[in-house]
Amino acid sequence: MEMVNITINNIPLQVEKGTKIIEAAKKINIDIPHLCYHPDQRVKAHCRICSVEVVGKRRLLAACSTDVWEGMEVHTDTPIVKDTQVGILQLILADHDQNCLSCPRNQNCDLQKLCSRFNIQNPPLPNINKPQPIIDTNPSIVRDPAKCIKCGRCIRACKDVQGIAALTYANRSDKIVVTTAYNKPMEDTDCILCGQCSLVCPTGAIVEKDDTQKVLDVLLDPTKHVVVQVAPSIRVSLGDAFNLPKGALVTGQMVTALKMLGFDRVFDTNFAADLTIMEEGAEFIDRLQHGGKLPMITSCSPGWVNFIEKHYGNYIDHLSSTKSPMSIFGPVMKIYYAQKAGIDPKDMVTVSIMPCTAKKFEAARPEMKKDGTPYVDIVLTTRELTKLIKYVGLNFENLTESEFDSPHSIGSGAGAIFGNTGGVMEAALRTVYEKFTGKTLEKLEFESVRGLDGIKEATLNLEGTEVRVAVAHTLKNARTIMEQIKAGTCNYHFIEIMACPGGCIGGGGQPIGTTNAIRRERMAALYELDRKLPYRKSHENPEIIALYDEFFGKPASQKAHELLHTHYHKIKKEYEFE
Amino acid sequence: MSNEIRFITKNFHEYDTSSIDSYIGIGGFKALQKAVSMDGEDIASLIAKAGVKGRGGAAYDMGRKWSQARAVPGERKVIICNADEGEPCTFKDRELISNDPFNLIESMIIAGYTVRAQDGYIYMREEYSHLRPLLQKAIHQTEAKGFLGKNILGRGFEFNIHLYSGAGAYVCGEGTALIRSIEGKAGRPRMKPPFIKQSGLFALPTCVNNVESLSIVPHLLLDEKNFYISQGSGESIGTKLVSVGGNVRHPGVFEIPFGTTVREIIYNLAGGLQDDRKLRLIQFGGASGKIANSDILDTPYTYEDLKKSGVTVGSGAILVIDDRTSVLDFLRITQEFFSHESCGQCTPCREGNLHIKLLLNKLAKGEAKHRDIDTLTKIAKIMTMSSLCGLGESAQNALLSAMRVFPETFDVGGAE
Repeated sequence: MEMVNITINNIPLQVEKGTKIIEAAKKINIDIPHLCYHPDQRVKAHCRICSVEVVGKRRLLAACSTDVWEGMEVHTDTPIVKDTQVGILQLILADHDQNCLSCPRNQNCDLQKLCSRFNIQNPPLPNINKPQPIIDTNPSIVRDPAKCIKCGRCIRACKDVQGIAALTYANRSDKIVVTTAYNKPMEDTDCILCGQCSLVCPTGAIVEKDDTQKVLDVLLDPTKHVVVQVAPSIRVSLGDAFNLPKGALVTGQMVTALKMLGFDRVFDTNFAADLTIMEEGAEFIDRLQHGGKLPMITSCSPGWVNFIEKHYGNYIDHLSSTKSPMSIFGPVMKIYYAQKAGIDPKDMVTVSIMPCTAKKFEAARPEMKKDGTPYVDIVLTTRELTKLIKYVGLNFENLTESEFDSPHSIGSGAGAIFGNTGGVMEAALRTVYEKFTGKTLEKLEFESVRGLDGIKEATLNLEGTEVRVAVAHTLKNARTIMEQIKAGTCNYHFIEIMACPGGCIGGGGQPIGTTNAIRRERMAALYELDRKLPYRKSHENPEIIALYDEFFGKPASQKAHELLHTHYHKIKKEYEFE
Repeated sequence: MSNEIRFITKNFHEYDTSSIDSYIGIGGFKALQKAVSMDGEDIASLIAKAGVKGRGGAAYDMGRKWSQARAVPGERKVIICNADEGEPCTFKDRELISNDPFNLIESMIIAGYTVRAQDGYIYMREEYSHLRPLLQKAIHQTEAKGFLGKNILGRGFEFNIHLYSGAGAYVCGEGTALIRSIEGKAGRPRMKPPFIKQSGLFALPTCVNNVESLSIVPHLLLDEKNFYISQGSGESIGTKLVSVGGNVRHPGVFEIPFGTTVREIIYNLAGGLQDDRKLRLIQFGGASGKIANSDILDTPYTYEDLKKSGVTVGSGAILVIDDRTSVLDFLRITQEFFSHESCGQCTPCREGNLHIKLLLNKLAKGEAKHRDIDTLTKIAKIMTMSSLCGLGESAQNALLSAMRVFPETFDVGGAE
């Protein structure tokens, strides 16, 4: 590895060749201001607020885009650098609505942080920001163009990570905007509502649809029995917002917080993940044995389901009919639990805490409703749960730990790892193997489907049948798989696809600031949790066994089909090139 | 009286531009024949020795550029002829294409041979659409004669020329934006690196040259009497096309030897100011150029002397403004241009142009205070120092030079 010697503010340091100035400065604890820069994205160099002085250069250089070279002398604190950085900040601010106090990103905004850092008090420029309507037409994502600073991070996330490119720049000069093709509402474009744009937006220009007030309202309504389910990935991401170490497992504090918020029952979606495995596993074995459509593809990720409906509608019969853990839990709560607890489902409100903006859309789908009433009433993202916890003034990091409530309190290790890319596949293989062969699976870990590689593969020997599986995350990788299926070159039997990078732990509803480095911490934390749990296979979860004994009979029973399965539909595009 | 000479414009009106045979009749393609008998490196060094600098505006050593392009490894490479000619008051390239299209084509083939490129693209501004048929016909005829295509002149090298029209954006004259425009993307500049010479059009090594720069090459190759290098001196060798416009009697393109004074250009070649009006200012090199007052008239038109006088050659434009237009009105018009043409990607250029426009309007209304002048200066400097591309960097050249040359324009009176 070639090293180069540089100085930053006269401090000598040695860094790898190819390092950008902004990364080199981090090594000596200097944070060069930045807005368009994102560690997981390719360099844009648009905002220019990271401009620094390099001795011998006529102009300032952007620290985010400039590689260090041997003997480079960088200055980040000279008058010209400060004047430029503060001047650029003032220019941005003059075209921003500065409505901080009522912004969803208040106190969690990169622009606000820089204004605080540079002590902006009397902006010298007139505010030229024009009032623009907030675009609030779908259940998942809200755009507020008056807060957009045109950094392009959302565009990169949509195009480079997801391969969708629903968002793009339009117009030029001071008329430039980030928008969709023909300014259509996002839901009418190729957008699949994954929310990765909202995760990387430095300001409040793209945010999740806020449903916290709906939850506060029902919690305060004494006639309502409000139950909540919490997705596998939330327990390793929620701590971020409370300054706990990245990937900290906060299950106990989280349950306490939900109880203190006033939820009548706090259930674990890990339990529902196990239920999904029971049904999906049975479905896969059935397809394998009876010549069903293969490869079978998981359908837990609503962003992915939206994607296949919009982009590969002709291949929709590859999707598993098993509902996602969130949606499989809906009828279990409103029918099974309601009966057991003697509650009229009409008086019940089901809330789910999800890492995902597309889950809001999923819950509102007609397929997930019974006679017009959704099984899951309200979906909150991790970010909205954080707001609720702050709202009631809980000192989260000091809360004692509590347990989930029976009868949906137990999740296996297999359910826990649903939050990671590859987790659903690993969970499914554990159950499929044992159900198919009747033997005990000796090694539960399928290492080859773990990690952040785009497309991962594994094989499993089922009594002489070599089952080939694949795992893909991000829709760019999903597209690669789908093109193989289209071309007839795909020889997998079973495929897991998650829309978001890293799976749900990297979902579009996760805490602001989620990066790939943080995704890795969360993934490790879920695998660690799996290792420590008493039950590590879905079919060994005693509450699952009881549910089948008491209610569904067996997987894929008629009752299970009625309540736990669904079908998705091709959405016809306005234009079709095929 | 006239200092005009004909070297680059030697072929103007000498042949029928719609006929390759007519071009061959006056010695066309002899330079190409000579070139293919030479080593590419020798062609590049011939250009370097003649001191030819890029005529688009950046004035980069052309021989060095070709030599570097030749040295860049790559199975396939690209030559681009930048015929976007977007700088206001610049129209020399239009004259070269209209009057001598075959010379440009010949030069591109020589460039392809020199740097070992297989494809040449002519990126012509949308406003020159009327020249498309002429150029397209010339390309077809050249193909038919076998000077384009495979195994040119039996030398085993291949070269094809593609004609491409822009869509009217000034910023597409900037290399990376031009390339993105040809690629079918929005014409917005990108950061460098990667540099165009390593990763340009379709990520291939690419060598971009201005029309005038290219047009010099065939003449230079056949310049056995060394006429070109006998003209000019120092850093400014040879001849140059200038586009003179504005309030002059005879606006037009003139070929001058470097060293001709600005006064000779304006008063002899362009016929002086209309109605013998008083000179207010001269802008050199297009809208992105700096401005000067009449003190510059006796300065020889060379890279070095203009620089000493605070301006640059740039695109070769000389815009003459008489006393009917105030300095401030001139700056506001220039600012309107940049406020329209900024691509909008980078903050300093997008927002800076807007605020400078507002501040100039305030100044024009007599409402500006000292602090507004300070802000004006500050934003102009931020744009110059930190914009992503050359557009933002040079957009305030006129303003910043006006602040030096015409300080009274910015005197808002009284102390704060």
